[in-house]
Amino acid sequence: MEPVAIIGAGMTDIRRERTSDTYADLVFEACGKALDDAGMTIADVDVVLTGSNDFFDGRTISSMAVMDACGSYDKNVSTVEGDGTFGAAHAVMRVLAGWGTCLYCVHHKGSESVMPLITNAMFDPVFERFLGIEAVTSSALQARAYMDRYGITEEQCAKVSVKNHGNALKNPVAQLAMEISVDDVMSSPYISDPIKLLDCSPVSDGASAIVLAGRERAGAFARKPVWVKGIGYNCDAFHLGDRDLARSDALAAAAKKAYMDAGISEPATEVDIAEVSDVFSYMELMWLEGLGLCGPGEGGALIDSGRTAAGGDMPVNVSGGCLSGNPVLVSGLNRIIECALQVRGDAGARQVEGVGTAVAQGFNGPCGQSQCVWVLGGDV
Amino acid sequence: MEDWRAAQEILVMDGRIKVPYAWSAGEVGTRYLEAIRDERKFLGTRCPECGTVYHVPRKHCPDCFAECSEWVELGSSGELVTFTVARRHHPQLSPLEAPFGYGIIKLDGAGTGFLHLLHEFESVSLASGMRVEAVFAEEPAGAITDVKYFRPLKEVV
Repeated sequence: MEPVAIIGAGMTDIRRERTSDTYADLVFEACGKALDDAGMTIADVDVVLTGSNDFFDGRTISSMAVMDACGSYDKNVSTVEGDGTFGAAHAVMRVLAGWGTCLYCVHHKGSESVMPLITNAMFDPVFERFLGIEAVTSSALQARAYMDRYGITEEQCAKVSVKNHGNALKNPVAQLAMEISVDDVMSSPYISDPIKLLDCSPVSDGASAIVLAGRERAGAFARKPVWVKGIGYNCDAFHLGDRDLARSDALAAAAKKAYMDAGISEPATEVDIAEVSDVFSYMELMWLEGLGLCGPGEGGALIDSGRTAAGGDMPVNVSGGCLSGNPVLVSGLNRIIECALQVRGDAGARQVEGVGTAVAQGFNGPCGQSQCVWVLGGDV
Repeated sequence: MEDWRAAQEILVMDGRIKVPYAWSAGEVGTRYLEAIRDERKFLGTRCPECGTVYHVPRKHCPDCFAECSEWVELGSSGELVTFTVARRHHPQLSPLEAPFGYGIIKLDGAGTGFLHLLHEFESVSLASGMRVEAVFAEEPAGAITDVKYFRPLKEVV
């Protein structure tokens, strides 16, 4: 792959019911921060990409309402509907297509609608939707399948929640930064067994943006470029009953491709940090298995070992993850941005020493149907 | 100058998008739902290449990309592959009073699982791998809800 770099990044605070700003206001703020970070102005941007979801926004072709906020008048602009990891992958392709710099922004205001009604609508309208299934109940089916298969315990999932909410204390944009105990998680009420309240990510509002550039332009601005070493994405079956819910074949395939790009043969030893989409606590363990950062069924032992803690030898979600703030779609890009900041050495109080290789993961669809994996590094 | 934001209460516009849709079940889905409605029978379709019996029936095999033209009659009971108990009632979503369950159920004769509701399980604890059976609606209407829910199979002694 021709080299492409992240040369700027910006995030709004992640907050619930951020009524003071429209979603276009959030996009304007995130884009401004990304351009400031890069040391650029909007005039330096050659092509723009936006990310949004009409159903979440309650607007047909919702991206049209952010065109001014992302400075795309008179520019070549396109839109990707899904998670930020996929949108950013499309942004890389815009640069590979020959554009010098690409600004990608994505927004979400979960507070403005009713999340279960929106996520219910991702299911088949003839066979599934009338049953009332939505994101939490469907993920609970996956959590049960995964935990039953490998003997993963609710306490091990609770440890993920404790770790990530604690990590968020050092992330100024996080929504739910808090010191909690395994007992707190275990005694929080069941929403849908085995998922309890503190195993769930919150409803959030936020926007994020990055600027990408190819080799020719990457060094022309303020920041040290963070290079995209590899990207892979892959899709699994839509109908939950067609899949083996206890493991993610799509993620394993996506990771294999991304690692091949990056020249990584032993991810468990070569990856320094990972940011994964822990929308529910069990997902962090499952996705780490899919990423090959531990073996199948070893996610529980991995969290027990402390290796994925902020001070461990392979920290996971030092940002606090989605559990500490989950603006859907934006969350995927936030995983990438955290990796970029860590590689750059700009992660502030939560900086991990010596991050050479960072992995970000995001997904689209029920129970992680489609999976996207990024590998970032400091050298071309 | 006084900050004009200081004493502001942000105005929000309450709304509701309500758009009628008429989602076709398609030819295959219609035959399937008719068999439940008229005969209380579950049907699947078999892929001629890999032999997988799809339930709910599919017109095409997603793996082989072949047309699944053969219909197969399935049992109305099967194995509970995975499950959850929903503890919260959502007035606009929940078809049953909480707590009720969701399960992925692999009917006897089927090669894939399907999603449906679980109910009448107070007296036994649910477990993956247990046998469950369909309970049909008294007044079927040609929809997946003609199966009211599944419940742990009451073994005939």
